[in-house]
Amino acid sequence: MKILVCISHVPDTTSKINFINDDTEFDTNGVQYVINPNDEFGLTKAVILKEQQGASVTVVNVGGPDAEATLRKALAIGADEAIRINANATDGMFVAKQLAEVVKAGGYDLVIAGKESLDYNGGMVPGMLSALLGYNFVNSCVGLDITGSEAKIIREIDGGKETLSASLPLIVGGQKGLVEERELRIPNMRGIMMARSKVLTVLDPTSDSVATKALTFEKPAAKSAVKLVSADNLDELVSLLHNEAKVI
Amino acid sequence: MSILIYAESAEGKFKKVAFELASYAKKIAESMGTTVTAVTVNTSDVSELSNYGVDKVLKVSNDKLKSFTAKAYADVIKQAAEKEGSKVLVMSSTTDSLYVSPLVSIALNAGYAPNVVALPISTTPFQVKRTVFSNKAFNVTQIETEVKIIGLAKNSFGLVESSSTLTEEEFSPSLNDADFNVKVESVEKVSGKVTIADAEIVVSAGRGLKGPENWGMIEELASVLGAATACSKPVSDIGWRPHGEHVGQTGKPVAANLYIAIGISGAIQHIAGINSSKVKVVINTDADAPFFKVADYGIVGDAFEVVPALIEKLKAFKANNN
Repeated sequence: MKILVCISHVPDTTSKINFINDDTEFDTNGVQYVINPNDEFGLTKAVILKEQQGASVTVVNVGGPDAEATLRKALAIGADEAIRINANATDGMFVAKQLAEVVKAGGYDLVIAGKESLDYNGGMVPGMLSALLGYNFVNSCVGLDITGSEAKIIREIDGGKETLSASLPLIVGGQKGLVEERELRIPNMRGIMMARSKVLTVLDPTSDSVATKALTFEKPAAKSAVKLVSADNLDELVSLLHNEAKVI
Repeated sequence: MSILIYAESAEGKFKKVAFELASYAKKIAESMGTTVTAVTVNTSDVSELSNYGVDKVLKVSNDKLKSFTAKAYADVIKQAAEKEGSKVLVMSSTTDSLYVSPLVSIALNAGYAPNVVALPISTTPFQVKRTVFSNKAFNVTQIETEVKIIGLAKNSFGLVESSSTLTEEEFSPSLNDADFNVKVESVEKVSGKVTIADAEIVVSAGRGLKGPENWGMIEELASVLGAATACSKPVSDIGWRPHGEHVGQTGKPVAANLYIAIGISGAIQHIAGINSSKVKVVINTDADAPFFKVADYGIVGDAFEVVPALIEKLKAFKANNN
């Protein structure tokens, strides 16, 4: 089985968010970049499938040269090879179209992408990829079993779970639950050493048309301080929630 | 050229978000000199849409669509948009809509801007404001394509009543077998409990509760308020609460009217996930807990004393006010 794992290179969750150049650009100064958390679950799942059934795992990212550190980390975790499409990943449709070319060229049976990335929160790439390729697709994937060319997929829905079946080729939009937090693979010394000799190919994008443009950024207005209520005066809290906040 | 919305229903009744989409779409329609069309699936009574300005409903009735199947539903919405010549579609942020919108986007070659928090800043060029960086910032996004899809962020646009004359039309889009290649085998759902996604009030608790055996008061507080229960990541990871209750950046997002956090210190990832909630109440013994910095109201105190007392106060309040 050939597995493609789509990786986004995103600011760490604790990063300070600031903008420069007249608020048109994210300030990367001092920001640590990591593998997008939703993608990490997918990457570990792919490595587990490789160990259980024999498969090749390719990781792909659409991004600039800075993303290569993140791709090397994915290789150290157990991916076999990496591909970077040299372009900015701010438009979901553009990213999906680039990834579609990679999927077609590589003939992958299973594509695992994170449901949503923490930076632009687009949540659209896995679905768009499936529509471009005509592949089966399940979003909010919290469980995946592959037997031959058939898949059993668990999708998280409001208040529960749905079990679905589909045949490969398949795309899933993964999240926590695809593997458990404690199962997440981290790079060990051997992995890091081996990653150095694994192939990382850089490709040019096949087009530059975008469907959306991210123009200016804005930070939320500063919040007023919390109104503290005494634990002995819960009547006041109830009154505030009813009369002031009007939420009860 | 009408504005098209996908008005979602559950068990034949419209979800509240359908009326939010209608309210929002009506405002856009008025500014663009057009009307609002809703496409519905297996919903027999659509009349309530006329309270929120919808002018036309394309009613789809099809047994094959009884289960939500993303590809089939995307095909339905795509054909509805083509029939109407719609240039703007407004979709919601429910699990199913987030699943289907990207498929519709490719089908119509329509740029898609999700997490939109307000009416468009302009329609020529088409610009909308949406949240980015996990609710830590906003971005003004321009949709460049001829057809545009707005994904309305949860709880960001209230209901606006507007009386309209509703024309109902039976609509039978042609669906093919390939639309149903992904099959639903079974569904496992907790019934009778309001879900985190639908809840107006969410009661959430974390490690400060010290153990799973102490959650009775959390469930009781939620019950009094008609709220959903939620939890922080650590207590879901160690199995005190089900995974489905984990809210936060890598858990479920919460955009409720009221979020009550009990015994949760307020890690950045947790706050990012619940920040779209309108009013946040924090109950914690630690006055320095980071959560107080983003809270609207706070009580520094012992949850084991405060919560039971609050339950009694709320029961009395409900008795006097209902």
